[in-house]
Amino acid sequence: MAAEVPPPPEIATSHGLTAEEYANVLEILGREPNLTELGIFSVMWSEHCSYKSSRKWLRRLPTEAPWVICGPGENAGVIDIGDGLAAVFKMESHNHPSFIEPYQGAATGVGGILRDVFTMGARPVANLNALRFGSPNHPKTRHLVSGVVAGIGGYGNCVGVPTVGGSCDFDESYDGNILVNAMTVGIAAKDRIFYAKATGVGNPVVYVGSKTGRDGIHGATMASAEFDQEADAKRPTVQVGDPFTEKLLIEACLELMAEDAIIGIQDMGAAGLTSSSFEMASKGGVGVELDLDRVPVREEAMTAYEIMLSESQERMLMVLKPGKEDIARRIFEKWELDFAIIGRLTDSGRMVLRHNGKTVADLPIDPLADAAPVYHRPRAPAQPRPVVEPGDVAPPEDVMESLKALLGTADLCSKRWIWEQYDHMVMADTVAQPGGDAAIVRIHGSHRGLALTTDCTPRYCGADAATGAAQAVAEAWRNLTAVGARPLAITDNLNFGNPERPEIMGQFADAVEGMGEACLALDFPVVSGNVSFYNETNGKGILPTPVIGGVGLIDDLARTATLALSAVGQSLVLVGATAGHLGCSAYLKEIEGRGDGAPPPVDLACERRNGDFVRAEIVAGRITICHDLSDGGLLVAVAEMALAGGIGATLSVPDGAPAAHAWLFGEDQARYLMATDDAEGLVERAGAALVPVAVIGTTGGESLTVTGSGTISLAQLSESHEGWLPAYMGDA
Amino acid sequence: MKAAVIVFPGSNCDRDIEVALTQSMGRPPLMVWHRDDSFPSVDLIVVPGGFSYGDYLRAGAMAANSPAMAETKRRADAGVAVLGICNGFQILAESRLLPGVLMRNATLRFICRDVHLRVEESRPPFTGNYRKGQVIRIPIAHHDGNYFADHETLARIEGEGRVAFRYTDQCGKPTARANPNGSSANIAGIVNEAGNVLGMMPHPERLADQALSGTDGRAMFDGLVEAFG
Repeated sequence: MAAEVPPPPEIATSHGLTAEEYANVLEILGREPNLTELGIFSVMWSEHCSYKSSRKWLRRLPTEAPWVICGPGENAGVIDIGDGLAAVFKMESHNHPSFIEPYQGAATGVGGILRDVFTMGARPVANLNALRFGSPNHPKTRHLVSGVVAGIGGYGNCVGVPTVGGSCDFDESYDGNILVNAMTVGIAAKDRIFYAKATGVGNPVVYVGSKTGRDGIHGATMASAEFDQEADAKRPTVQVGDPFTEKLLIEACLELMAEDAIIGIQDMGAAGLTSSSFEMASKGGVGVELDLDRVPVREEAMTAYEIMLSESQERMLMVLKPGKEDIARRIFEKWELDFAIIGRLTDSGRMVLRHNGKTVADLPIDPLADAAPVYHRPRAPAQPRPVVEPGDVAPPEDVMESLKALLGTADLCSKRWIWEQYDHMVMADTVAQPGGDAAIVRIHGSHRGLALTTDCTPRYCGADAATGAAQAVAEAWRNLTAVGARPLAITDNLNFGNPERPEIMGQFADAVEGMGEACLALDFPVVSGNVSFYNETNGKGILPTPVIGGVGLIDDLARTATLALSAVGQSLVLVGATAGHLGCSAYLKEIEGRGDGAPPPVDLACERRNGDFVRAEIVAGRITICHDLSDGGLLVAVAEMALAGGIGATLSVPDGAPAAHAWLFGEDQARYLMATDDAEGLVERAGAALVPVAVIGTTGGESLTVTGSGTISLAQLSESHEGWLPAYMGDA
Repeated sequence: MKAAVIVFPGSNCDRDIEVALTQSMGRPPLMVWHRDDSFPSVDLIVVPGGFSYGDYLRAGAMAANSPAMAETKRRADAGVAVLGICNGFQILAESRLLPGVLMRNATLRFICRDVHLRVEESRPPFTGNYRKGQVIRIPIAHHDGNYFADHETLARIEGEGRVAFRYTDQCGKPTARANPNGSSANIAGIVNEAGNVLGMMPHPERLADQALSGTDGRAMFDGLVEAFG
């Protein structure tokens, strides 16, 4: 097929269009495009905007549940949280810009995802993030951590939305391609959700927010290509954020949304004015005429091409009801933001752009927005890895020293150095701060709350993308459950390498299948998401990293659980079965220096049964201390609970357990650890629910003891756990 | 008590203080837009936290020149109580209602965490509901909280008992380790000569609610209501 297509002109190739795509452009237009039109095709059909490699797989994800108000396809997902309210949320990547310019890349990532949420009528109430950096030994890592964290804080702190949670891991596969995934959660009145749909021929198209500059032109195209040694030369395509303007934009938009004035609204994110206008028009089945001379610009002599492709931040496009222009103008002037009527809707089905009195583009809307290419890329099958048995791994010389070492690794150490740079308390509704299984944010003015988390274990996904992705969904579900929340829905951020390579496409397809199964089994639908491909440098891809952002509901904030031990003499009860699965574990990686083996299997029925039992105990008010078991297994979980509460514990390996080190450090799934005064009652109720439980120890003292394996003081563990990151960042 | 909260573009703790005041007062405070140079007579004016005008130029510098602050200054001079929290403290310092400046934190990083404060004076209207020497836990969240004044000014405010709060450890010792931002003499909050203007970096409005794991901030608002009836 490709052989029959004539080679496209150099200008099309440099815009990232393939020969087939360019041939399609010619067919749609019936003529050659001019430069502005070519630029528009290029960004609209970029991987970033069109999802051309992923769309066919994403359709398979479960997206429905009785509480889902709006699934994928809008600016963000919307779910019903009762009392006439809806939670609006989404996660999005800003990986490529953050590698090139970490502060601004991360900051504008936060700005963009905030806009996706408030454009739907929701007040943002929480930000989260998922960060993946290269090896701590890589010379660039420290600089990237410092810049990304400062950028996320600099933006979120200023707009006054608390950053309540996140995750941060390190692996050499991210050396040349870090991941910065930002998530925003907002709350709206359920009957006042705004959509990106333009309707009503003749209605005014309005531009609000910041002025348009030359920054970020072709950001979407950059995000759709691999990096090479020339990455730094792409710095001019990174946008600069202004969180102050964003704060004004939030307040002005929410003020206008309280009036009956808006028909459709969309933020100008990737591909700026182009994608916002095309998407709104396409959804509403209308045409648009825009007069680019009316677009507020901050630089002289900007061309139509530049105005349409600019990714200047803090801008929104709206279609207003007729006669509401003055109300809207007054509100934006009060907030000292630009407001301009730049066009109107037509019945032509075409996008007609005028500049300097001339028509500079005339394009059919649907073929661009809807008929973007869909690729069925070849997919290589996964190579299953053998299971590592406990006997395949030598026991450690000193269990407690191994624990101390694990707690002081880059992945498992305390991330306090990071989250203390984020204002996690502004809005005065943060009930559970960062550092726990899930953050809890009170629904303002009520006794109910949202539980929020981001999760992914890339080393599992690298070994087996389907199991790893299912595990990421299950762990998000488990983290919400562990604080007592009812998990409702997820947003995802699928970070992968170059989809044109069959093994990467295989990883992606497997991951989507694994996620889909887990979402279905756990009643945990996907309501929004983002795909980020081409995360590779010089042909080496990152570990597949499908990050899951989970949202759950707490009906009574008086009935929640935290991981901190709070009383001495309580029993520690392990929920879930332990086979001692060490393959792909943190222990194997950090203590043995091995990354082999299959990841722990995910049994979704068991996950659901155990989790439903745990949640029922918390919601009944019988359990207030609970922790999910994940990286590092049981002993790391006990240590985290002890450190959080400043109370020690003594454990005994039960009869019939696998080898001690496998029992202590294995990463079997579907497990929780609880502390209780009534172990007998708990064991009895678990038995009735067919949930395996075991009493494994008691709380008390100032150290952690494993009978037969030794003792270590909490002070020593704390030094290791809290010390690594500040020391690494140079302020120990 | 009647209270007003000044709202600047970029304020982001205005709602938080509104909620805390409403809880203690039983009715909401008046929210005053930064362009308003006249507003009804009140007992207390609060200058809230946030990033007024984006903190561009210098934290608090532009807000200090707003019409609402000109009116606040006139009323402060006439004896009306004025409370500045975080960015509000920066604005009061830039307005010259309080001496000294708030520089970038010594670590050069934004810091958000609970800190311990020692109440240095138990004096209405702001700290009358605390005991002198009481140690309380209140969160901070700022990038520019490093209080600095020259030796003469420091000696004067110390001598006149105008340090309201000092960063300490949980036993009340003002150690270097307990100083989160490099402030001179661990100063977290000061009052003016007349005692009717308080500026503080910590956020009492963020810990005035049992659901948020502490209520040490609430005594300030209850105390204000008691002082003004």
